[in-house]
Amino acid sequence: MISKRIIPCLDVRAGKLTKGIKFKGNVDIGDPVEAARQYYEQGADEIVFYDITASSDKRDIMIDVVRRVAETIFIPFSVGGGVRNLEDMRKVIGAGAEKVSVNSAAVENPRIITQGAKAFGSQCIVLGMDVKKVEKSEKTPSGYEIVVEGGRIYTGIDALWWAKEAQNLGAGEICLNSIDADGTQDGYEIKLTRLISENVKIPVIASGGAGKPEHLAEVLTAGKADAALIASMVHYKTYIIAGIKQFLTEREIKVRNIW
Amino acid sequence: MIAIINYNAGNITSVARALENIGQKYVITDDEKKLASATHVIFPGVGAAGEAMAYLREKKLDSALKNLFASGKPVMGICLGTQIILEHSEENDSACIGLIAGSTRRFPEKLSFGGQALKIPHMGWNSVTFRREHPVFAKIAKEAEFYFVHSYYPAPADEAVVLGTTDYGIKFCSVLTKDNLVAMQFHPEKSGRPGLQILKNFCAWRGK
Repeated sequence: MISKRIIPCLDVRAGKLTKGIKFKGNVDIGDPVEAARQYYEQGADEIVFYDITASSDKRDIMIDVVRRVAETIFIPFSVGGGVRNLEDMRKVIGAGAEKVSVNSAAVENPRIITQGAKAFGSQCIVLGMDVKKVEKSEKTPSGYEIVVEGGRIYTGIDALWWAKEAQNLGAGEICLNSIDADGTQDGYEIKLTRLISENVKIPVIASGGAGKPEHLAEVLTAGKADAALIASMVHYKTYIIAGIKQFLTEREIKVRNIW
Repeated sequence: MIAIINYNAGNITSVARALENIGQKYVITDDEKKLASATHVIFPGVGAAGEAMAYLREKKLDSALKNLFASGKPVMGICLGTQIILEHSEENDSACIGLIAGSTRRFPEKLSFGGQALKIPHMGWNSVTFRREHPVFAKIAKEAEFYFVHSYYPAPADEAVVLGTTDYGIKFCSVLTKDNLVAMQFHPEKSGRPGLQILKNFCAWRGK
């Protein structure tokens, strides 16, 4: 039977990790390729890169990072951030990434999902959704709204509607990020994750709020997520992936234990 | 020299990177002569059956592949490359190459396991239960898992060609083999060390 996936997320700016990642012996690693290699060797099932480079002229640095990552790790990885059009997608996939994730670009121009799915296959196109809890209203009947610009701008789009719409447009997977939970390390937004996951056919990656292995167990069972994104809890070496997987295995959650 | 068949169906870079990693020389080509002079042929692929078949026919690669198989050279199919060596695919209702009798089917809509609905595509890591030993799958731990991403699965007519099965709500054929052909639904080039081991084994295999 299929395993639940554990996916470390790396934020990259102009080719460097935005925060160093601590590995054994407290070595600080600022190189995303080296960090990806370490996580690959430690049992990550997939890796997500977010390019938060502000200026477009430095974007090509990321393409070089993607190329080097593809030579180094032999598990799937995706790249998000700054992917605005088909040409950006082609560059990222051509450099060796399995998947590209689109977020605000898809909100502005939903057709990019269909175009990407047609050109590269649905399995390549991940919809990144940043979501905030709001009052239930006519516009947002699910009580969750899509936000962009890191949560500063409310789009008026209902999160559940958007998830279904993206699926219909051809997205192969959803990476669901709760802005409310993000950075808290207090646990994922279980209700939101369950709501989205139960109402779409495509896999859902839960994101935002992971602080300890219990949180992953909760989102992968009660939250019905297919995969869990993790960041600080492994970047700061509070936990290692193998330890998290052992914990999940003890809870009878199937994860990949040989790599 | 290993030849990777280039037919505009994505993901060829990943296979190439994996071969580099295990120290194998390769050529990416759609030229029948170059394919014929290779020691081993890999037929990869991601995408839709209909478009892939149209391209293969246009480049006469469908008949090239038949000739390669008949020549006794080791041939490996990966993902879409595995699906379209069957006779027919439900995806785009496409007539396919037909090296192996049978068809490629879509996963049923309502799959579930332990009370949880299963997603389509089948995307992620899953294991393979092997029915017998095969040189291409030597030194692979029983518990090893492989990376899958697909909505359709190979359903060969002859049970004898089924080498391994995978459980995703239904049990489907995830690895098949016939003579000098070995074909898998998962991506060895994305399946970590066990996947690289399979590629290594394949490159050392004589097809018998």
